[in-house]
Amino acid sequence: MPFTASSVKDGTTALVTLDGELDAQTADAFREEIERAVGWESQRLILDMTNLSYLSSAGLRALVFARQKMADETQVVLVGVSDDVEQTIRLVGFHHSVTFSDRLPE
Amino acid sequence: MTTTARPVQDRIESFPTERIAGYGVRPGRVLPFGASLVPSGVNFSVYSSCAQAVTLVLFKNSATTPFAELPFPEEFRIGAVWSMTVFDLEIEDLEYGYRVYGPSDPDAGDRFDPTQVLADPYAKAVSGRSVWGVEPDWTDPYPYRSRLTFDDFDWDGDQPLRLPAEDLVIYEAHVRGFTNDPSSAVAHPGTYAGLVEKIPYLKELGVNCIELMPVFEFDEFQGGRVDEDTGESLLNYWGYSTVSFFAPKAGFAATGRYALQRDEFKHMVKELHSAGIEVVLDVVFNHTAEGNQDGPMIHFRGLDNRVYYLLTGEGDYYNFSGTGNTVNCNSPVVRDYVLSCLRFWAAEYHVDGFRFDLAAILSRGPDGAPMENPPLIESLAYDPVLQDCLLIAEAWDAGGLYQVGSFPNYRRWSEWNGKYRDTARRFLKGDPGMVGDLAKRVVGSPDLYHGRGTHSSINFLTCHDGFTLADMVSYNDKHNEANGEGNRDGANDNNSWNGGVEGPTADPDVRGLRNRQLKNAMVLLLTSQGVPMILSGDEVGRSQQGNNNAYCHDSVLSWFDWSLVNENSELLRFVRNCIGFRLATPLLRTRHHPRGSDVNGYPDVSWHGSRAWDADWSEESRLLAVLRSGELADGEAGFLYIALNSHWAANLLELPALPAELRWHVFANTSVAAPDDVATPGLEPVLPDQGWITIGPRAALVLVGRRLTS
Repeated sequence: MPFTASSVKDGTTALVTLDGELDAQTADAFREEIERAVGWESQRLILDMTNLSYLSSAGLRALVFARQKMADETQVVLVGVSDDVEQTIRLVGFHHSVTFSDRLPE
Repeated sequence: MTTTARPVQDRIESFPTERIAGYGVRPGRVLPFGASLVPSGVNFSVYSSCAQAVTLVLFKNSATTPFAELPFPEEFRIGAVWSMTVFDLEIEDLEYGYRVYGPSDPDAGDRFDPTQVLADPYAKAVSGRSVWGVEPDWTDPYPYRSRLTFDDFDWDGDQPLRLPAEDLVIYEAHVRGFTNDPSSAVAHPGTYAGLVEKIPYLKELGVNCIELMPVFEFDEFQGGRVDEDTGESLLNYWGYSTVSFFAPKAGFAATGRYALQRDEFKHMVKELHSAGIEVVLDVVFNHTAEGNQDGPMIHFRGLDNRVYYLLTGEGDYYNFSGTGNTVNCNSPVVRDYVLSCLRFWAAEYHVDGFRFDLAAILSRGPDGAPMENPPLIESLAYDPVLQDCLLIAEAWDAGGLYQVGSFPNYRRWSEWNGKYRDTARRFLKGDPGMVGDLAKRVVGSPDLYHGRGTHSSINFLTCHDGFTLADMVSYNDKHNEANGEGNRDGANDNNSWNGGVEGPTADPDVRGLRNRQLKNAMVLLLTSQGVPMILSGDEVGRSQQGNNNAYCHDSVLSWFDWSLVNENSELLRFVRNCIGFRLATPLLRTRHHPRGSDVNGYPDVSWHGSRAWDADWSEESRLLAVLRSGELADGEAGFLYIALNSHWAANLLELPALPAELRWHVFANTSVAAPDDVATPGLEPVLPDQGWITIGPRAALVLVGRRLTS
């Protein structure tokens, strides 16, 4: 399944929706969307990963990139993360920097 | 309109100057050594004093054969350094190595072999053993593969703790052994993440420094064999055989399979620091996993054999390590390598200190002889990056060099005090003639470390080598049959005593005695000046069934058994309270050795026997009491009286008189049954009789002289 990342601005929230597989080859496309969201200077970044079928370690690093690119005060929310991915995120301590959510916040 | 920096892509250094094997390349950057990411490419830098040619070998992850081999152009070489920047590589799917061409002249020390793919000595991550114990492909021509790394860990303000060395209580542990047993109930047994789950246990115990047995990449299958009698797979479990010095062992990481071991390790350090616990690494520079000429060729042997290893005139390997080879630590190139490695771990991983295995080898010169002023030891002592790091030397080797007290120290190095271990064990088992030495050991061994501070002395009774504490009081002799070497391996001078029965027993008197001896050992260790080190598991009475060299057992024999936390809760409580007492009582952690000075009208340290002010130093004496005058927990002036009796008979002790306003309180008395064997620090009950106390047979007593709390 091809990877797509699309971003939309909704007030002070940036919503980036990911579809397909996030790995080394597709991380660049993801980073471009993040750069766009950074330009909006949002207070909240939501990454909708519900339709993400695969996340490699390169993809995980892309999430770290996203966190570091946003301002410290910006809340980063990961939506629809699989148990495996959430576990891996916790094991390397990245969970301190993000919020997990089962569904899209209002 | 905003001005932006000229985009990186336009800079000339981002463009190849030629193509090799289909890839754009340009002359590389000599520094840093190893592989590093540069704009649009990867820079590779490797050095060899006499290689004639070097080829970069590139693999896709786990592929059997390389997808490209790029010879370094001769014109890219600067001095002994071959460097090259390669463009358009898939950096997430890449393993790299080197073929090195040079003379094959073993007698002269040259063992170049371009048929071998060599690992990068500076590799920061290795794949090939990413999950512990998974049977590798034995036909893999390149088993320990160098990988690229990416720097994006968020330390969130973490920094090394910089606790004063004299305030440390060190806990020696094996990463895998600590949580691999199912009784640990952690989500990721045997890993850095598993260790993080047990931080609350460590905090409650009270230790503030964890010393991890080797975490640099090693091969658990090295020397692996199956025990003929038991069918057990014996592995290189301890890991004193380094494959890759800049890479944390992926097989110790729950996320090793995702190549996230570096992040997991850093997360572990960060969590330990948050809990107030320093991290010291056991590092092994005295030899490598390459062994002698019969061992595997991994890197050094094929890159620069006679630079990295101590060789005889005939090109044979000196073996001061007992493992096959000896690293040429004081040769200038190797010195730089060791220093850069330690700087890397201190800066990149926020490590608080290092314990150097067989450190006497680090004082040997290129000819093998001990040096009075070994440049490596000196460099480490003065290095700015390492300035806050604890430097601990295991100051002996397997070649007869014993330097406890004489290791070149530059007023900076600490040592594993082997004499403390020997004296303490011999006293505890009841040997005669030990009281004089014991006195020196409890005041930080000024005979060895005068003028250097008591923190130079790392005091210990047990470590990974030798018996556990529980076995030290349960066995007279070693029982290493399970190692498959006919019980010939392991130390014979254990200075242990089984209390009357060898091994497990139901005899309540023997069990009671052993339990008391464990507490005696802990009182001695935790009330001595110097830095105490506890072997993980001793606080709960862990046994290895008398095996004093369990290096090859990846099994319940060497794993921490967490059911002992409940089973031996009495001992655990005792140890926990002793640690708390030490950390709350400044006068036990005085950095300087006793000066005989006047402290509140009393000498800072004085010695006593059954009569106050009159110690018995005779050959047959088995009783020693020390009175210390100084600062107590609340900052008030006070006293400690610590008596140790290794005699089989009780003894009535005359207590030194205290100033009028103070009273003796009992912190610990190992003759008394729990819970009165030890008090909560600060809540010690007052002694009814302020003049006399009886110390039981083979017992220890700790009294605190302070104001009565009303």
